[in-house]
Amino acid sequence: MKLDNIYQEEKKSNFAKVAEIIITMASRPSGFIGLSILIFHVVLAFISPYIAPYDFKAINPTLMLQAPSAEYWFGTDDLGRDVFTRTILGGRTALTITFFGSLIALLWGGLLGIFCGLVGGKTDDIVMRIVDAFLSIPWILAMLLIVSLLGTSTEVLIPALGFFYGKGIVRVARAATHDVIAKDFIVSARARGHSNFSIIWNEIIPNVRDAILVEGAMRWSWMLLGFSSLSFLGFGVSPPTPDWGLMISNARGLMSFAYWSVIAPIVGLSSLIIGINLTADAFAKALGIDRSTKAPV
Amino acid sequence: MTEIIQKVKNLSIGFKSKKGEEILILRNITTNIKKGETVGIVGESGSGKSTLALAMMGYVKHGLYTIGGECEFNSSNLLKMKNRDLEKIRGRKIAMIPQNAGQALTPNLKIGYQIDEALQLHSDLKEEEREQKISELLNKVRLPSPETIALRYPHELSGGQQQRVAVAMALAGTPDLLLLDEPTTGLDVTTQAHVLELLNFIAKDTGTSMVYVSHDLGAIAQVSDRIIVMYSGEIVLEGPSRDILKRPIHPYTHGLLKSIPKLSLAGLPESMPGSQPQPGIIQGGCSFFDRCNFSEEKCKNNSPQLEYLKELNTRVRCFNYEKLLKESQINQNVKKIKNNSKDKEILNLSEVSISYAKQKLLDQIFNRISDDNPTVKDININIKKGETIALVGESGSGKSTILKSIAGLLRTKDGFIRFEERRNLSSDLKERDPNDLRIIQLIFQNPDESLNPNHTVEEIIAQPLKLYFGLKGKELKKNIIDLLQKVRLGEFYMSRYPRQLSGGEKQRVAVARAFAAKPDIILCDEVTSALDVSVQAAVLNLLQQLKEDFGTTYIFVSHDLAVVRAISDRVAVLYQGRLCEVGPSNHVYKFPSHPYTEVLLGAVLEPDPDIKPKLVAEDIVEERPPEKGCSFQGRCSRIVGDICKKEIPPWQLTDSGNAIRCHIPIKELQKEQF
Repeated sequence: MKLDNIYQEEKKSNFAKVAEIIITMASRPSGFIGLSILIFHVVLAFISPYIAPYDFKAINPTLMLQAPSAEYWFGTDDLGRDVFTRTILGGRTALTITFFGSLIALLWGGLLGIFCGLVGGKTDDIVMRIVDAFLSIPWILAMLLIVSLLGTSTEVLIPALGFFYGKGIVRVARAATHDVIAKDFIVSARARGHSNFSIIWNEIIPNVRDAILVEGAMRWSWMLLGFSSLSFLGFGVSPPTPDWGLMISNARGLMSFAYWSVIAPIVGLSSLIIGINLTADAFAKALGIDRSTKAPV
Repeated sequence: MTEIIQKVKNLSIGFKSKKGEEILILRNITTNIKKGETVGIVGESGSGKSTLALAMMGYVKHGLYTIGGECEFNSSNLLKMKNRDLEKIRGRKIAMIPQNAGQALTPNLKIGYQIDEALQLHSDLKEEEREQKISELLNKVRLPSPETIALRYPHELSGGQQQRVAVAMALAGTPDLLLLDEPTTGLDVTTQAHVLELLNFIAKDTGTSMVYVSHDLGAIAQVSDRIIVMYSGEIVLEGPSRDILKRPIHPYTHGLLKSIPKLSLAGLPESMPGSQPQPGIIQGGCSFFDRCNFSEEKCKNNSPQLEYLKELNTRVRCFNYEKLLKESQINQNVKKIKNNSKDKEILNLSEVSISYAKQKLLDQIFNRISDDNPTVKDININIKKGETIALVGESGSGKSTILKSIAGLLRTKDGFIRFEERRNLSSDLKERDPNDLRIIQLIFQNPDESLNPNHTVEEIIAQPLKLYFGLKGKELKKNIIDLLQKVRLGEFYMSRYPRQLSGGEKQRVAVARAFAAKPDIILCDEVTSALDVSVQAAVLNLLQQLKEDFGTTYIFVSHDLAVVRAISDRVAVLYQGRLCEVGPSNHVYKFPSHPYTEVLLGAVLEPDPDIKPKLVAEDIVEERPPEKGCSFQGRCSRIVGDICKKEIPPWQLTDSGNAIRCHIPIKELQKEQF
């Protein structure tokens, strides 16, 4: 018996369903905080070019390493650039690249996982061993290889990140598919003679969608960290584009006497990651995937 | 007067809905459990019977809370006790036997260790004494050679043995009250009868009070002295077991007993309309009002109180119980089913064998299956157009396996499946053409699993219509509405999701989906076993009606012999994947019969205290069919000699057209009936 049965709801539009999920997410303190942080960052990424007080690449030797003041809220860096401007602009690249990267990861990881779960047998064995092999390679090594061979342009970074973070999704999607595949409605669809494509599209995807979306959201925050690490190592976006990883890397030697130039990007990056994680968590709970908070009875 | 050990007073338990309303699962329950008596609590799923049993040991499920009332044990209210104090009572004074012992036992600890643990917690015995006590307990629950059982792991025991171990563990603390939550529901018929007999023995032997919770009136009838009937969170009838089963004076119980198929009656019993309301829906008036045959205007707005009738020692919640009081006993009207079968053969299984054995590498390369002792072997059945043939047997008898092969979901090792005398159906799904797939449709046991939870009823029924007939738009919609009406569901169900339907409604949708393909044969895999008793008869009636309308052939798999008796024209009895007996159902249910059929029939539990199950054979579970000889040799009580172990018995025909596969001559089989 499920509690949902009690009120016979009518069929809702997709929009109403999404709205309901978001309201459920926001009704939890952690979900509310996570959503607020995420929305704040996304909005900031859109409007920052218009509200930035200074030019992000304007070098001014007379203003080197100024402490925070009314004029320069977060101080200035070693080249005399405004840290506030660079911080609010610094999330744009990271957010865009990792967002599209996660979409690619979700798509290929999810579909391959579902396919392997459905087909099983030798195909499944072979594909999963390849995925395992890739999982065992330290990602940073492989990323560095790709980036140094193909360059650091956005067109390379998005698929590269998408590929590397999709491997984990393959496993989750496959496991979720295994849960569904044993159910009689799949057997019934098979016995009726539906094609594999139709079974995946109509029967499996609606049932594993939620689990994969939550996993994708988690991967997003990991990817963000990964991308910033690449920038930190100098393989991400190239200067003078403002980027948190790059800013941290540049300012880390000056930490002892100009802490402000490193703290601002750190706060930006970590708050975004925390925001995404909390949102993903609340998302899982709102969908009822997280069993610890499932409705009683 | 006997001592009362548990008093439940005005107990209400419920939860808060999303909208903040208080929704009651139990409504004002008052009852007493006396020392040494066995009380059966019976009700459909969602009637609150398990919640009541758990409250009796001071436990309220997560998410629920006590709204009012108390559960008094030894003059202290369990529901207000601290956990530490409860721990002293649970196990020692009140013990619980769960439904699924296989899940209740820790899989990686030996049986002996687990019982020892219970003994350490709930008794003051020293180590040496405990060891002796363990074998004593295992002996008491009649497990063979306790010393070896104690060294085994749970997965090495059969379901019945696991349930016995659970009983032994519950007895470890010598409790005053034993709570049993559907302890035999997952077990095979024969095992179920054995476990019930054991429980009866223990009740007498130890003088423990028992509360037996079940949906199965047959099981309740065998064990209980007193019965409490629950309906949507209320006690509707409570009284001595015999009176309640023979002369139920509440319309719900009356209808329920009428709708249960019985072995002695051929034909479909009357069905009860509707289904039990969800908690929270009943506002005022009698909760049974909608489904009652005796209801009046006043029942709609006034809720009846539980009335005590002194002369019957019964409490009843109904305004009109007097009408039922006059009826001396239940008149069960059955609708005789018409035998629609024509002489035309529709499906022929010949020499079918199916193996689950893993293929060796060489076999994989040559794409063949080699197994000398396959799970299912030598199945020869001729199925005529329009008949209902039932495959009967315990779990592991291969009945579902055969269904899967017919549907093309499982490859056969040998043999042919021939459709309408001309076409051989490939045993591989991929090699069947769409029309071959259309003519055979499946209905599954559990509608929760067979309907995609993310599809609406409309989408579910549309699937076969789109796939086989390419229907679209208005025509598709019209067809869906037609089908819904045929399974007695309204048009407004189209936009519902399976989770918004009751069990019976879900199964109707599954039936509609099967009929959407306009099939010639429908395979029914235990279609009623996941349903509540009061809904079961309605679904059976629906299936029969549809069959008469469309001339469909049913292959009906079930472990429930009474249900099979009600719906089938012909029965095939299977043991270990081998046929034992095939014949018209009227004759299979009479003698002479195969020794295994005899065992099955003897173990059927009827909701009648006068009909006790007959325990003919041991409830051993065999892992594999024997290599040689008769498949039933391991459990047969009438073995003739070496011949049973060496030679496969011949088919013998009786005068009534019954085919029996046994070495014992027909005449002798007839002689030894009980």
